[in-house]
Amino acid sequence: MLGLNKKDTSLLIVVAILTLLAPFILNPFPTDSAMAQFNAGYPDLMQRFVIFGIFAIGFNILFGLTGYLSFGHAAFLGVGSYSAVWMFKLLSYSVIPAIALSVVVAGLFSLLIGFVSLRRSGIYFSILTLAFAQMSFALAYSVLSNPKFNLTNGETGLQVYSDDPQILQSANAPDLPHLFGVPMRATYTLDVGAWSFDFNAGYYMCAVIMMVVFYLAIRIFRSPFGMMLRAVKSNQQRMNYTGLNSKPYTLAAFVISGMYAGLAGGLMAAMDPLAGAERMQWTASGEVVLMTILGGSGTLIGPVLGAGFIKYFENIFSKINDNVLHSWFAFLPDGLEDAVVFVIHPFIGKGWHLTLGILFMLVVIYLPGGLVEGGQRILNRLKRKKPQTDETKSGESEPAE
Amino acid sequence: MDAILLQILNGLDKGSAYALIALGLTLIFGTLGVVNFAHGALFMIGAFCAVTVQKLMGLSFETLDETQKDFLGNPLKVETPYVEAWFGPEVGATIIDWSVPLAILFAIPIMLLVGYVMERGLIKHFYKRPHADQILVTFGLAIVLQEIVKYFFGANPIQTPAPDALSGSIDLGIMVGFDTNAIIYPIWRLVYFGFAVAIIGAVFSFLQFTTFGMVVRAGMADRETVGLLGINIDRRFTIMFGIAAAVAGLAGVMYGPLNPPNYHMGMDFLVLSFVVVVVGGMGSLPGAVLAGFLLGILESFASTTWATTTIPGINQIIIYLVAIVVLLTRPRGLMGRKGVMEE
Repeated sequence: MLGLNKKDTSLLIVVAILTLLAPFILNPFPTDSAMAQFNAGYPDLMQRFVIFGIFAIGFNILFGLTGYLSFGHAAFLGVGSYSAVWMFKLLSYSVIPAIALSVVVAGLFSLLIGFVSLRRSGIYFSILTLAFAQMSFALAYSVLSNPKFNLTNGETGLQVYSDDPQILQSANAPDLPHLFGVPMRATYTLDVGAWSFDFNAGYYMCAVIMMVVFYLAIRIFRSPFGMMLRAVKSNQQRMNYTGLNSKPYTLAAFVISGMYAGLAGGLMAAMDPLAGAERMQWTASGEVVLMTILGGSGTLIGPVLGAGFIKYFENIFSKINDNVLHSWFAFLPDGLEDAVVFVIHPFIGKGWHLTLGILFMLVVIYLPGGLVEGGQRILNRLKRKKPQTDETKSGESEPAE
Repeated sequence: MDAILLQILNGLDKGSAYALIALGLTLIFGTLGVVNFAHGALFMIGAFCAVTVQKLMGLSFETLDETQKDFLGNPLKVETPYVEAWFGPEVGATIIDWSVPLAILFAIPIMLLVGYVMERGLIKHFYKRPHADQILVTFGLAIVLQEIVKYFFGANPIQTPAPDALSGSIDLGIMVGFDTNAIIYPIWRLVYFGFAVAIIGAVFSFLQFTTFGMVVRAGMADRETVGLLGINIDRRFTIMFGIAAAVAGLAGVMYGPLNPPNYHMGMDFLVLSFVVVVVGGMGSLPGAVLAGFLLGILESFASTTWATTTIPGINQIIIYLVAIVVLLTRPRGLMGRKGVMEE
């Protein structure tokens, strides 16, 4: 279907079903129960799942395929956000021109940065992208927000004011980002017994866009172009010796992933018409690196999993406090209960980043293929247990896809 | 003229910090071939060694002073730090006052240990993995170290004042023949600069004039051959990692009075230090030091009102701009050697 083989088609269909049914899947607990805080099915978080999913898919096209580790991708996300908000300010609250412009601007910006950075590889490339991103952050944060030429509105963040021109804004259109008159914030709540499910317009728009770009990513992975990028990763020197100039290919990959980041930034602004410089800081670039590696770089589904995983635990884990822990371990004897809570305490709530850091290190050390590889190993082990006879075949594992 | 001198002096303290961190990074890179993203975290741990020493020195017990009454008529509670009780009030107060310089003694063994454990426990397993993996795992380690410090010390910056005798400013202008008040300079910055020069000198002479240093330099040039000669080069490189950690830590200890330490100060310095290393030339120790001071001074020149009015915000981006220009025109950096990290 759509030029995909059977395996990829089923992957795409599974992803489509999961994203479309996400409001149900992410809300498994009744609203009033004690477990309700683990429900992730509220619009804001679901939007972030798919937006960061798009960001990570794009990053993976660069890092997963070519092996070029960029530490500056947040710059493209920020540029996308700024251009989308400028579209809201100048034209209208319609999201289509905003998202289109954010992709185009991020593409141009990444073409410029990529052209310069890709002259070097390895660690130098990482540091060059890092330097560019920090420079963009500094520019957005202070330089471009002086009264004479206020492009980014500095620390406050760029937002839409009532005296902005908005030349195409029609009188009957909603006064917030919308798609053909449907505001992004519109949410329909469905109550079924004790459960309630939120269906958010913005989420579904992002979800559909994510499926489209996920499909594009599959096509890129399977194309001769994707093959070429993998060749760059495995041995660039040999590629050069065969007389092939790999630069256009890596540059194309860089620009594509920059456009994905710009798209994510544009969507972020469409969900909430505000763009701040902190989105461009290098820690934000580090976050997408974490997502991709944690999920499994070089695999198709890995980055989406990683993005979902990090965003879920960032929101849910950080809400757990000592009281919740005490109620969980109430079955233990008193002294033991306190001891367990004391041990777990540093890792939850505000200490969530500690858990993330440790988890990330463990993944890099033991599971270079990320969660996807972990899942595959478990599957392989389960498979191996049943047929005890053929030990020769089960040893080899499929390359992670 | 005096304005130029003032800006050069202003750049020295940041330049010293850049140079020290970049020196450690280069030592690790040159010996072990590892790109250490956790080096900023080591700088931060050093700064928190000073915080710890200050807190330890401040530990006190309460006694009731029956001779004095507070406003409710109860006996006044007097807090006496233990050090004052042990060494007498005069010496004790001096010790508390000088807790930041004293922290150096505390920080050296701690940082050597941290570096040793880090290398043996983690970095060792990453020699044969690609550079991207090394960056990633040390990046993860940096997050973990940072969060541990945040857990114990909180997220707010903690003041670590310099000793009273060194905390004022002096008029350097008069000494070199300018007008009064032309160059007023905080003493601690001079101390920091002197300290940095001393450490850099110590590291260089250690490498240049001791047998140990000679072997390490030989190992940097050709690890395999040195290993074949029957020398346990890995053990020496581990010790060099510890020394590099100590250099970063000491830079952090003394930086406290200039800027109150907080848990993410390492990350802020790390990015710039990497830029410094790359500008100086990957694997070149003199290059790292030179680039550190040069970029620090350049940054201070870019912060003058003249520069910021000509090009607004130039002070924020000057270092990155220079790095980009250097990398594109002199790919090996200012003093990079041939054959180090060339791709």
